[in-house]
Amino acid sequence: MQRDHTQKKRREPLVYITKRSELSLKQSLTIRACVILAGILLCALVTILLTGVNPLRVFASMIEGSFGTPRKIWNLLQSTAILLGISLAVTPAFKMRFWNTGAEGQVLVGMLASVACMFYIGDALPSWLLIIVMLFASILASAVWAGIPGIFKAMWNTNETLFTLMMNYVAMQLVSFFIMLWVPSGSMVLGIVNPQSKNGWFPSLFGQQYLLNILIVAVMTILVYVYLKKSKQGYEISVVGESENTARYIGINVKQVIIRTVLISGALCGVMGWILVAGADHSITSNSVGGNGFTAIMISWMSKFNPIVMIFSSILVCFLQKGAGQIASDLRLNSSVGEVLTGIMILIIISSEFFVNYRIHLRKKQKGGQEA
Amino acid sequence: MSKTAIELRGITKRFGSVVANHNVNLKVYKGEILSLLGENGSGKTTLMNMISGIYHPDEGEIFIDGKLAHIHSPHDAFNYKIGMIHQHFKLVDLFSAAENIVLGLEEKGKFNVRHVSERVAEISAKYGFDIDPNKKIYEMSVSEKQTVEIIKVLYRGADILILDEPTAVLTPQETKKLFDVLRRMRDDGKAIIIITHKLHEVLELSDKVVVLRHGEYVGTVNTAEANEHILTEMMVGKKVELNITRKAPVNPQDRLVVEHINCRNREGIKVLDDVSFVARSGEILGIAGIAGSGQRELLEAIAGLQKLEEGSILYYNPKTGEEENLRNKTPLQIRELGVRLSFVPEDRLGMGLVGNMGMVDNMMLRSYRKGNSIFLERSEPEKLAKQIIEELEVVTPDAETPVRRLSGGNVQKVLLGREIASSPTLLMAAYPVRGLDINSSYLIYDLLNEQKEKGVAVIFVGEDLDVLLDLCDRILVIGNGRITGVVDARTATKNEIGYLMTKTVYKEDANDAT
Amino acid sequence: MALHTILAFISAAIVQGTPLLFGATGEILTEKSGNLNLGIPGIMYIGGISGIVGGYLYEHFAETPIPILCVLISLLASLLGSTLMALIYSFLTVTLRSNQNVVGLALTTFGVGLGNFYGGSLLKFFGESGSISLLTTGNAYKTKIPFLSDHLGIFGETFLSFGFLVYVAIILALLAQWFLKHTRIGLNLRAVGENPATADAAGINVSLYKYLSTCIGGAIAGLGGLYFVMDYTTGAWTNNGFGDRGWLAIAIVIFALWRPRLAIFSSYVFGGLYIASVYIPGLSGSDKELIKMLPYLVTIAVLVFTSSRKKREHQPPQSLGLPYFREER
Repeated sequence: MQRDHTQKKRREPLVYITKRSELSLKQSLTIRACVILAGILLCALVTILLTGVNPLRVFASMIEGSFGTPRKIWNLLQSTAILLGISLAVTPAFKMRFWNTGAEGQVLVGMLASVACMFYIGDALPSWLLIIVMLFASILASAVWAGIPGIFKAMWNTNETLFTLMMNYVAMQLVSFFIMLWVPSGSMVLGIVNPQSKNGWFPSLFGQQYLLNILIVAVMTILVYVYLKKSKQGYEISVVGESENTARYIGINVKQVIIRTVLISGALCGVMGWILVAGADHSITSNSVGGNGFTAIMISWMSKFNPIVMIFSSILVCFLQKGAGQIASDLRLNSSVGEVLTGIMILIIISSEFFVNYRIHLRKKQKGGQEA
Repeated sequence: MSKTAIELRGITKRFGSVVANHNVNLKVYKGEILSLLGENGSGKTTLMNMISGIYHPDEGEIFIDGKLAHIHSPHDAFNYKIGMIHQHFKLVDLFSAAENIVLGLEEKGKFNVRHVSERVAEISAKYGFDIDPNKKIYEMSVSEKQTVEIIKVLYRGADILILDEPTAVLTPQETKKLFDVLRRMRDDGKAIIIITHKLHEVLELSDKVVVLRHGEYVGTVNTAEANEHILTEMMVGKKVELNITRKAPVNPQDRLVVEHINCRNREGIKVLDDVSFVARSGEILGIAGIAGSGQRELLEAIAGLQKLEEGSILYYNPKTGEEENLRNKTPLQIRELGVRLSFVPEDRLGMGLVGNMGMVDNMMLRSYRKGNSIFLERSEPEKLAKQIIEELEVVTPDAETPVRRLSGGNVQKVLLGREIASSPTLLMAAYPVRGLDINSSYLIYDLLNEQKEKGVAVIFVGEDLDVLLDLCDRILVIGNGRITGVVDARTATKNEIGYLMTKTVYKEDANDAT
Repeated sequence: MALHTILAFISAAIVQGTPLLFGATGEILTEKSGNLNLGIPGIMYIGGISGIVGGYLYEHFAETPIPILCVLISLLASLLGSTLMALIYSFLTVTLRSNQNVVGLALTTFGVGLGNFYGGSLLKFFGESGSISLLTTGNAYKTKIPFLSDHLGIFGETFLSFGFLVYVAIILALLAQWFLKHTRIGLNLRAVGENPATADAAGINVSLYKYLSTCIGGAIAGLGGLYFVMDYTTGAWTNNGFGDRGWLAIAIVIFALWRPRLAIFSSYVFGGLYIASVYIPGLSGSDKELIKMLPYLVTIAVLVFTSSRKKREHQPPQSLGLPYFREER
């Protein structure tokens, strides 16, 4: 009989899970620090397994790769600035639960707009004016790129994750298209634009090529922090993200907030595209953003949308990537080891959130529950 | 002598610090209908969810056919031949009736929807259901969906049936049909548990009644020996003199005049049908009705959250003496007109407050727009939060603790406190004491009375008739989206209101779907 | 255009479409359980590199590699690799309740990185230089159907001359269609993706279904990577050679309205668009890039159109991307 069948296989579940009420700041910081430490150790372990080098040398290489020379430190800061900037850019929309997976494309069209300015009107304007024109062009292009999925989301609830994801590849092809248009040889390589006149290039501050980029992102960090935490619009974003019902109840125009926020996210991506062109690459390829758009999503998420935490997350990820790059070049191995380590680190940090948010209980034996 | 189908002993279930069920005992024989009676929030549904495997009891035992049963999942429940019909239907919208009926079943043999349809037709014929097995759920009316749920359980050959508030969504004719079906199943030897808070249904249908109050087991009575009086007393506890002081309204003036409004829900069903009434200053207007009769839509329409088809909502501004039509205005437009409207919605954490935000941030919901600065002004809301904590004795670690961590009573104090703080001229509160303990409830009554004395027009949607009768000045009774009567709370009786609540006026087009 | 060119184009479109079809079929199965696995591109890389590693180890250590064993070993290695990846995804999103998008993207970063790392470094570990080329294995994968391929004239040449994985892709898609539409388990799976609470109440083990469909879907998607490295490039690995095909596979899922049967057709269309520029005479270099944009634009159009029409049958699974836990209160 069915019933007997059930009785035979009855079992208490071994564990059950409940939501934690709350951890103190100290507890949660401790857990997170342990997680990051464990992550770094695991990354080292994986590197050792992949390469067979001794662990001390791995760590030495990693530190060497990030902090070995002043130039390396500047490179680390520059990478961090770019990653941090894009992370900041995706955050307003993310906080509103708008799952924008299109930062890669949004930054890229921003770059494209800047390069186009340099290409078409590069000689007609003084450099400072050109840089400003580039900024506006980039902001406009990226905002449009983000705004299109945003409007469809607000109007028809079109799935924004899939929409923005597709927009990335449209952007990449668009870049390829323009490169083909601009480079008649068909070599697919645009090369540095305005190498002589340096029109549309950021000036070096104190002889440092990247200093201006870093300063701009630093200002952006503060602005985004203030915007999200202190401004009325930032507050509206939080309310819409937490509960659209409440937002409607207090008279927030949800559609308008969605579109506005997505445009802001897009515009910030544009700023990053502008920095990448004027402050670093002075050129563009379809792979110029190099996956930073995707990594930024993970950074924003694992930092819980907090711009200050994002600084540290970005440094951590860039440190891993630079360190891994150093190991790879030391051992003449493929440089992709950086991506491997980034992936592991992020997976570990994300999964650790579970232990911060939930408590796992072992079920105690029930008394008298074991009748035959 | 019939045999026990299911027995619960000492069942306790907690959610965090909230005790949903405490030491509940219950016994149902085969061929018997048992009513599980209790007010909203008394733990009826939680208890039944433990029988059907959705939750697992923290303490206590369940016996089926006299043997200890271990129910860890709905799957186990099926194997014990337990079938539950939830209040919120558990159906996959995109599937047909037949597909929903066989969902999760482990039948032998090839899977063939046509065979299923045939068996569904058989069951339908036996009990007199009218259903097209191939119709998609999203094309169905509410009562059709319920039919699918019941057939689903029967198809699985359930011996123990649990129905959670099955009549809440049905017309009287449909209810009668359902009861006939249930009686037929009882005569088949099935054990049936019906969760309800409607006394007349209990008395009409069941053999035995188990009463819960605030999660506690109160007792079991045979229906034959019960009457409304006994059951009510068990349900609400010893007859408590409510002792709500009610003053006569001072100089009542028309504040809100609602005329002939109509509203359809997303499915195109009329949820408000030609509703007209007046709310006056210095008066508490109660709204009584069976849950889901249009109370929510009515308040939301006034607050600017529901689109209306016809009618007008006129507000008389006491300051300017002007008259404004609020119909189809957004909440923001209503505020900009200078209408001081406060609204305590039914869904406190999902609508009135943001659960993950602290008290200060929740205070800002109403006031954050103030001023021309683009930045938030936090000192005022902080002050307000402190004031509410002090005056209403809110128990919270601090003003930044997310409000979802607070107990139900404290959440309500936060919400009502904020709404009152904006010194409204019209205050609407939907089920403001639902799930609250006695002390908190009285605090809420006092607050409402205070507002009334200040000359606010208060609209109070309630479910406890005693409270409505003792607190309000006039009571508007709503049934199926129509006003079925307006009574003077000082002279009306419970019976009178109960009659108006169930007296549904059906017009030809009352339920037409477009 | 000459018939010959058209047939060559169709044949090439099928070749290009096959990895996409594996990816799309795998992702459809996954998404039907409500899991939006954005790790599919990474999984496809892993499916490819695992096959390469497996095949390489066998070819490296065996005296005379036997083709059938080459195929079996690399196939098993590929399935193992991609299933493991999908298992990580399931564990993180189902058991640890992490955000699906973030886990998926991290997994893609990880998978693409690991693929390129091994692809670029495998030979160095064994003290060899140059780039990976598994000719025996690759050619084994390319074995045509005997007799049929060369005795049915131009039809046989065009449609029956592919390596076996091309047919496996079609069969898997058809099987998936049948499974989803006509089996009890398929019905249950769809219910999990539409409305997990209802499925749970109906006694369906939601977590188990999510795990299984994600893992099986991952394994199938991984075959796309395997096909690419073994058949298309004849056992050779080039870093980032697989390109953005993984994302294109996800696009096809939308384009095919979550139906594996339509995915077959869609994959070949997308495959055709991927290489159309080569076959259309007189195109400038920039026009070619615009043509490559088409699959994504078309997908966006489908997404917008279906969401504005709101026809229930054409929507993504309702719980797509959302986590499910029972005792939430």
